[in-house]
Parts: sequence; structure tokens; C-alpha cells
Amino acid sequence: MAVEPVRQISGTALPLRGDDIDTDRIIPARFLKSVSFEGLERHLFEDDRREADTQGKATHPASNPAYARASIMLVNANFGCGSSREHAPQAIRRRGIRAVLGQSFSEIFFGNSVALGMPCPTASRETLHALMQTVEADPSTLLSIDLEKMRVRAPGREYEISLPAGAREAFLVGSWDATGLLLEQFEQVEAVAGRLPYVTANW
Amino acid sequence: MLRSPFHHGQDTGQTQLFIGLHLIHEVTSPQAFDMLRARGARVAFPQRTVATVDHIVPTRDQRRPFLDVMAEEMLSSLERNCREHGIPLLDLSSGHQGIVHVIGPELGLTQPGMTIACGDSHTSTHGAFGAIAFGIGTSQVRDVLASQSLAIDPLKVRRIVVRGRLSHGVYAKDVILEIIRRLGVNGGAGYAYEYGGDTIDRMSMDERMTICNMSIEGGARVGYVNPDATTFEYIRGRQFAPVGDDFERACRWWTSMGSDREAVYDDEVILDAAAIQPTVTWGINPGQSISIGERIPASGDQDALAFMGFRSGQPLKGTKIDVAFVGSCTNGRLSDLREAARIIRGRHVAPHVKALVVPGSQSVRAAAEREGLDRVFTEAGFEWRGAGCSMCLAMNPDRLEGRELCASSSNRNFKGRQGSPTGRTLLMSPAMVAAAAVAGEVVDVREFATTEAALGR
Ligand code: SF4
Repeated sequence: MAVEPVRQISGTALPLRGDDIDTDRIIPARFLKSVSFEGLERHLFEDDRREADTQGKATHPASNPAYARASIMLVNANFGCGSSREHAPQAIRRRGIRAVLGQSFSEIFFGNSVALGMPCPTASRETLHALMQTVEADPSTLLSIDLEKMRVRAPGREYEISLPAGAREAFLVGSWDATGLLLEQFEQVEAVAGRLPYVTANW
Repeated sequence: MLRSPFHHGQDTGQTQLFIGLHLIHEVTSPQAFDMLRARGARVAFPQRTVATVDHIVPTRDQRRPFLDVMAEEMLSSLERNCREHGIPLLDLSSGHQGIVHVIGPELGLTQPGMTIACGDSHTSTHGAFGAIAFGIGTSQVRDVLASQSLAIDPLKVRRIVVRGRLSHGVYAKDVILEIIRRLGVNGGAGYAYEYGGDTIDRMSMDERMTICNMSIEGGARVGYVNPDATTFEYIRGRQFAPVGDDFERACRWWTSMGSDREAVYDDEVILDAAAIQPTVTWGINPGQSISIGERIPASGDQDALAFMGFRSGQPLKGTKIDVAFVGSCTNGRLSDLREAARIIRGRHVAPHVKALVVPGSQSVRAAAEREGLDRVFTEAGFEWRGAGCSMCLAMNPDRLEGRELCASSSNRNFKGRQGSPTGRTLLMSPAMVAAAAVAGEVVDVREFATTEAALGR
């Protein structure tokens, strides 16, 4: 698997407000009935989008043509909580989103996104609020997430972002071929297995 | 306890962890096998991998091929992958099929001191045995298949101490709902939750599993209880447990793997068991709950209330329900079925309620039938189904219709979780579900069944 470094992600953004948006909302379970991830993006936020349409609420940002070409998603706190389904970041990535910037993420969602090469850096509540307002006022606003300088830039302004060192390193050097890295140490894995009584049955 | 399974060697500051048991199921594994194939890699330790089918299995008509072609394709793909890589598959004909977090423990596969991973967030359940167990995504399933190891970030540990006696009609489910309400659905981020205190010490393995199971709903990827005599007695004699002298030696090793008395924790929280009441959720995440005597708080999230059709200041008691579901990896074990059966024995489900019991595994189902619980349920008007996840997430034909309101013993009340985008879920203990099914509305199980015998304590 050839893996490219991810240092900068630039483009327009899709603002998605709300804390605790769970994976069942990102991709409802009925769309998990498949042996591949193909086409998942069509069902991204499907129930939330329909709820917005049928109840005369504001158009869901994922249905809004103004954000159709976004490559960055802006979210609030505890995004992606709930199930371990990688279908959630897969659906987001397959819709063209290359980074998600939020206040905080559930650990499993975050890890799944790293595995797909989609960084999920965090920023303060105020930063997200400011960026969401800017983008909602003008959806063509270009944002740029810089993983080297750990900054997100909007026209005329920039803010600090953070990302755990391990994940950041992986993106910068393009070493998120996790399987390859793990297999490099396979002899050690076997050595550990050889010492564990439940593996060897030598209690 | 994490000494021996760990070894270092990654430049990213992460630790490479040997995975002692890898459980797989039909939803999160097919893409992982495809990725493995694309790499030309093999499963490294097929003998440390166990598969079952749970999420998509129909619980009524289980004849193959399934009527749902997608479900059929998922199961046959699992069968193919297991065959190709020599992985044991506990399928519908095995007598051991069931929810992955129910069958691991009941077969004795789950043991103290093990590291356990599964492409499912409720893998935290297995921590009840003093194992380190956590859910992973599909790419990580691929990594474990290929290397039997994972790169993980270090976790902080929060010790949650529960002290004192639980009142009649208050169960492990109420304890964990209270913990999540107190600490928040995101409160456990970055933490493993280690549960202790005399209340936890007195709990059965089933109860400890209910608590560890829902750790993830509090944002903690790992739940953990130190192994003790209760743990060992549970494991003794199970299919994959060590036997004879080996068992005694294993108990010593398991004990040595527990956390020290002097262990230092990053945080500690103490709960008074006697203060915990039967608890019910009113919102769209498991932290949005009240005890049965309370009213929905004024601070209640407006979006959640609008979705649920509730108002601040309203009690849940007396809320009419449409569906009652007893099952899931949280509360689908034999003891849960017994509690529910105790409440409904000699009574009948309210005419407007559709009620079903879905045992967590084929073994749970068989054991319940040996005790005659199936008759108690069916005579009361419950449907008695085959084993699986069923209406916990409705990937099979069991689902809510429209805005139906479901009293459920499962673990997630997310929007759309039970299959209808507008369907609504109230999480509660199995006894509370049973009482609600009979009353046709949310009730306080303690008022409903006043004799102690009925409450089983
Ligand atoms: S019972 Fe529910 S929570 Fe448990 S594994 Fe099945 S779907 Fe997931």
C-alpha cells in the first residue's frame, strides 16, 4: 500500500453543528448491510437530512448544494460517538471530505479516520464557532488545515489546532500504513505469544 | 496487568499490543478480509480468532438462504472468509451462535489477563473478567488479522467505586446509567473505567458485564473489573477454560494479572449504591436519563426533547409504550431473562404492546427453555425469538415502525437506532422493560411488583 503524507488540506468547508453526533446518525445501521464500503456516501446523515426536509427545518448542511464540494468538515464536541463502524468515516471520506476539524472526537471514530488517512484535528469551541459562522455566511470561504504548523487558516485569520503526536507524525511522514508497521515487528509479536500461558496452554 | 502482552517498537509514541483473542462478526469483517487479500497477507493467528454471526440474523425464520439477500450475502461472505483462513465460526447450526459479547464469556474464551479486540464498540464487556478489551474499526480488524497486534495510545485509568447495597428493584443497568449520567457520554474519553467497591465485588459476572458493556456509552473504550473468586468460578468448567491442575495454575496467573492494591489512578469517583434508583432515559443519548421518580430536567436538550416528543418538567412514569424489547449484549443473558420473567409470571402484556425477548445466544435460549422461561414469556404474550442482536440496532427484520416508543433493555437510544428513523427508545433494566410491557406504560418496577420474591433480591 503506497501511502502519501498528509500535510495540508485546503478547500471549502461543511459546517455541521451539534454535540454528540453519533455514528448511527452519520450512517444509519440499515446501510451497513453490505460487504463493501462502496456507495456509502449516498446515505451520509440520511435520517437527519430527511428529518430536516420533512419537518420544514433548515436544510441539513449535507443536503445543501452550497457545501457540495467541501473538503473539510467542521463539527462540535464528541463527534462520532457510538459504534465502532468504520462505515462512518468511510461515508464522510467518500463524500470528498479530507479532514474533519472539531472540538473533540470519540476515540474509535478518531482512530478509524486515521486509518483512512483522514485527519481529525481539534480546536477550541470558540475557534469552531468562529469558523462555522464564517463558512455559513460565505460557503465559498477557503480554509486550510496545516498539520506542520498546527494551524487552521481562514482569510485574514488563523487559529491553533491540535492532534496527538502519534497521529500527527503518521500523517506527516505518510506512515499510516499501520499493517506494514505492525508486521515489521511480527517476530516480537510471536515472542510475546510464546510467553503467554493462554496461548501456549502451558500454565 | 499490561506487562507481558506489551512490547514497544513503534516510532509514533504508540505501543504495539499483542491481541490474545480476536472476535469477529459479519458486519465489520468482510471489508477487512478484502483489504488483507489486496495485500496478499494471511491471518497470522487463526487459532486466536473466533467468528460468529449476530447482527443480521433473523430471529424468527432462520432458514438459509435468508430472505434478506444482503443479510445472506454478509453471512456467506463470513463463511467463505473463515473457511479460507481456518477460523472457527460459531454459526447457526453450532448451538453456540449468539451475540459476540455473550458467547465469548459463556464459552470460557474470555479470560482474565487477556487482551481482546473485536470490530464492535461493546467489546468493553469482556473487561468484566479482568481482560483489557476494546472495540476497533475495520482497518484495525485487518491489522489484527494480519499481525495479531495493534498500535494503541496509552490510556488513563479512572477508578469508579460503588459502595453499599442496591435497593430492591435496582440493577446493574441502573448503576451504569447513573454513572453515565454523572460523568457524561464523553466523560470517559481517554480513560479506561475500572470498577470496584463492595457493590461491584458482590455482583455476579452477568451484572459486571452489563456495567463494563456500557462503559463505551460513557466515552470510555475500556471497562475493567479485577478478577476474583466470582470470576474464576464463572470460568470453571466452561468449554475453553483450562481444566484440572491447569485451572488452579491459571487462577494464580489470573490473580497476578490484576491491578495492585497500591495502584495509582488518574481519577477516582465514588458512588453510593443506596442512592441509585431505577433509571430511564428520556433523550437520544444514554446520558440523558432520570430516575423513575424524577421529572425531565429544565436543562434538557431541546432537540432531543423535540425528537422524543417530551417536555421539560414531565415525568416518564405513565408514558405509554408501543414496544418492549428484552435482549442485547447489555441485558440478554440468562439472569436478565430470569429477572424479566419474574416480573411477568402470571401476568399479561398490555393489548397495545408488541413485546419480544431475544436471548443473547443459543446457549442462553436453551438454558432458559430448560427452566421453562420460554413458556412464562409466551404465556404472558411475549414473542420468544432466536438469538442475535435483533432490535438493539435493527439490522434484521426486527425494528420499530414510524414513531413507535420502545422500552428497551439495550444500550443505545440514538435517533433511528432501532430501525425507524423516527422511532424512539427508552433504555432501562430488563425488569423495568417487563413491567412496562405489562402495564403498557413506563412504571416503577418497585411499585409494580411489591413482593421481594418478584424483585429477586
Ligand atoms: S447487541 Fe447491540 S450493541 Fe450489542 S453487539 Fe449487537 S448490535 Fe452491538
